[in-house]
Amino acid sequence: MPAVEAGFTIEEFLKRAEERDLLRFSTAGSVDDGKSTLIGRLLYETKGAFEDQIASIKNSKYSRAASGPFDFALLTDGLKAEREQGITIDVAYRFFQTATRKFIIADTPGHEQYTRNMATGASTADLAIILIDARLGVLPQSRRHATISALLGIPHIVVAVNKMDLREWSEEAFRAIEAEFRPFLASLGITAPHFIPISALYGDNIVTRGEQSGWYTGKTLLETLESVPVGRDRTADPFRLPVQIVLRPNQDFRGFAGQIASGTIRRGDPVMVLPSGRTSRVKSIVTYDGNLDEAFAPMSVTIELEDHVDVSRGEMLVGAAAPPHVARTVEARLVWMDEEPLEEGKEYLIKHTTQMARARVVRIAGRLDVVAGRESAAVSLRLNDIGTVVLEANRPLLFDAYRRNRSTGSFVLIDPIRNGTSGAGMIEEPRQTARQRDRTALRDHHVSPVTQAERFVRNGHVPATVVVQGKPDLAMRLERALFELGALVFVRAEPSGDLLAAGALVILCPRQAGAFCVDVPGVKSVEIDPAVLPADPDEAVEAMIARLEHDGVLLKHVSFEPGEGI
Amino acid sequence: MVVGAESENLLSRAGRTLTHMKALEAESIHIIREVAAEFEKPVLLYSIGKDSSVLLRLAQKAFFPGKIPFPLLHIDTTYEYPEMIQFRDEYSARIGADLRVGLNDAAVAAGANPYALGTQKCCGLLRTRALVETLAKGGYDAALGGARRDEEKSRAKERVYSFRDAQGQWDPKNQRPELWNLFNGRIDKGESIRVFPLSNWTELDVWLYIHLDQIPIVPLYFAKERPVVLRGETVIPYVDGVKLLPGEAPVMVKCRMRSLGCTPCSGAIRSEADTLPGIIEELIAFRRSERENRVIDHDEEGSMETKKREGYF
Ligand SMILES: Nc1nc2c(ncn2[C@@H]2O[C@H](COP(=O)(O)OP(=O)(O)O)[C@@H](O)[C@H]2O)c(=O)[nH]1
Ligand SMILES: [Mg+2]
Repeated sequence: MPAVEAGFTIEEFLKRAEERDLLRFSTAGSVDDGKSTLIGRLLYETKGAFEDQIASIKNSKYSRAASGPFDFALLTDGLKAEREQGITIDVAYRFFQTATRKFIIADTPGHEQYTRNMATGASTADLAIILIDARLGVLPQSRRHATISALLGIPHIVVAVNKMDLREWSEEAFRAIEAEFRPFLASLGITAPHFIPISALYGDNIVTRGEQSGWYTGKTLLETLESVPVGRDRTADPFRLPVQIVLRPNQDFRGFAGQIASGTIRRGDPVMVLPSGRTSRVKSIVTYDGNLDEAFAPMSVTIELEDHVDVSRGEMLVGAAAPPHVARTVEARLVWMDEEPLEEGKEYLIKHTTQMARARVVRIAGRLDVVAGRESAAVSLRLNDIGTVVLEANRPLLFDAYRRNRSTGSFVLIDPIRNGTSGAGMIEEPRQTARQRDRTALRDHHVSPVTQAERFVRNGHVPATVVVQGKPDLAMRLERALFELGALVFVRAEPSGDLLAAGALVILCPRQAGAFCVDVPGVKSVEIDPAVLPADPDEAVEAMIARLEHDGVLLKHVSFEPGEGI
Repeated sequence: MVVGAESENLLSRAGRTLTHMKALEAESIHIIREVAAEFEKPVLLYSIGKDSSVLLRLAQKAFFPGKIPFPLLHIDTTYEYPEMIQFRDEYSARIGADLRVGLNDAAVAAGANPYALGTQKCCGLLRTRALVETLAKGGYDAALGGARRDEEKSRAKERVYSFRDAQGQWDPKNQRPELWNLFNGRIDKGESIRVFPLSNWTELDVWLYIHLDQIPIVPLYFAKERPVVLRGETVIPYVDGVKLLPGEAPVMVKCRMRSLGCTPCSGAIRSEADTLPGIIEELIAFRRSERENRVIDHDEEGSMETKKREGYF
């Protein structure tokens, strides 16, 4: 019977296994740089470590001498075509784990024509390993890989200089490559890359420290993989939950199910629904394993709201304090993945968060020379090209810039006839001119260039009637206080449809209760009972404002710049 | 209208990560919900095995407090262990799932069996054809399955959404790029998508999750004294439908199944593991890949890839 060795009981093992986190990384290199060998080596050595249950793999028994130059690439090259051609032709996913982490490797091919696969592997990666052959140094392909890694927003970059055994472990050779590549990486915004000299074939500085590279004092590759923080912490970002599906198992339950794209949400928190702009509060966070007091990215949850608001798939629950941009026109970096080129005027389907819309290519702003890192004018984008384009969708998109939020800033373009995935896009921060471009929306009579959500955020509130019964003095004080907070507010003798349509707060002051029906569809109505207000008028006004905040009429937004989407 | 408390909260909310199990769970639930939302007639392929059991639990989680909004489909080869069928019927009834069973009537009537046809051909008829035909007949446009990328080398390259043409075939050279968590489920009439929400799970993850979530599984996974036939290195449980070759006789051996299949073609392993921690303890000591005990994958180099091209799940 196999025993758990090295003093670990199975209970201890299970506890540790349960607490492991998850790091996704991609590997890139030119053909023959040794990528397959490296991955095979990682899988092999960690499996050994895993099997023996040693907390630290430093003393792995798979020393260079014991394993010898075995063709580790055989462990990874999967498809028949690959075995026949002896090359890697598609993204393959591999898995291994150590005492503290589970790893998912996206192994992507190095050929120039497979840029699309590289982008695919990079899209979910927390870390990229860029392999460089120590004999060949920095190749155009290395620059390409770095550019794509930066473009896809991979938070951590490792440059593994391989085949150091063939350069007699020369520190000089290693430093020369580092000196050449580091400035290029910096120009891409990669400021803290990890350079590691390795031999994938013999295993130096991968899991165990190499004997011949005493001059290298940094971490081994595996130590690096185990120690970098997982991804970018998305829990502190503004709350976003693209609604996937509305769950209505019975009359009493209406839950909005989805995976939190960023941020944290608690029971009782105010949320805004986009694009309608309606606000409510979180009544409960429902999961199969029990209701939660709080949830954070990337959890999959179901949210019940306090109010009966209509929300459907493709809409988004967001933190009202920092809503995303809402616009039909976006500028984006695009990786083209289709044999048929992208041209101005063409129409595609755009899949963005949980929304599917139609999108037209308004303009191709340029094509990126990935090796030089510069963009130049272009009329089309071909397979494996990367460019900047302006797209116009037939519905408003709810987005953040990709560099702020990989979930709400990414999309794919789908060919509406052939159904294939044609391109992958990363949305840019809207510029001042975004608003001018959005004027094209005016030509389209169905869509106003100003969304409801934009009005709400500018006003700082949703339209509502506020009934302050029998206290005209308090009604006037409330009007003044709200006006000073920037609200669009009026005291009126009766509800005004036009004012409400314009997004205003209408304060009513009837003599008796139930004087008019203020139940306008889609408009909140807050009735304040003066009997429960503090006697001091200032305190009474404060209490009324608190009530409006609680009821989701007043939005707790921080700032808003016209033209910047919302 | 600036509220100070908000930003303070945001800071104190920073710095949280999910455990890898919770991260995998969240990813899989996302995939399952996408399928329910985007397809007209999805179905969950329920093989009764441990991966299916996890998939089923994830589907329950995805739609809680509602029920799973699509049926479960089991392809019955008629060679399954009786414990599997019993478990299937009891468990699906217990969770209120809509269970459908599909089989290749013609082949079953003709007496298809691995001894006469060879495992390749038998599997082709009773599993692959049965599945492709049942899916086509049912008009299912998406089929969720419990396959994992770590199972076998050719699976490592399969997408989460795996496109199948009108014949149910997979073309490894023409897969749709799959980025972020944006899945492309666009198909024309007759085409379908196989969806693998457990793509990024390993065998260890599956067992760990079954353990943590206390998911019921078929008793065959737990070690017990069982009558078996020893055939070379392979330990074949001796039940109805298993034919003895000349010179063979059943013996009692404490063993369990690592993966479930048809009685003539799945091997057991000698084992003492009769609890979930025991199974996990055993698993981490294994070097061999899980499918080693599935006789069919050995027939030909790359046979899994060949079968998948033809529509195997
Ligand atoms: N000397 C030496 N050869 C290596 C090293 N890493 C890989 N190779 C060899 O380089 C060749 C290409 O390796 P492979 O892993 O297939 O490269 P890939 O195309 O990037 O996957 C093979 O012959 C390997 O044995 C190394 O560190 N040192
Ligand atoms: Mg290779």
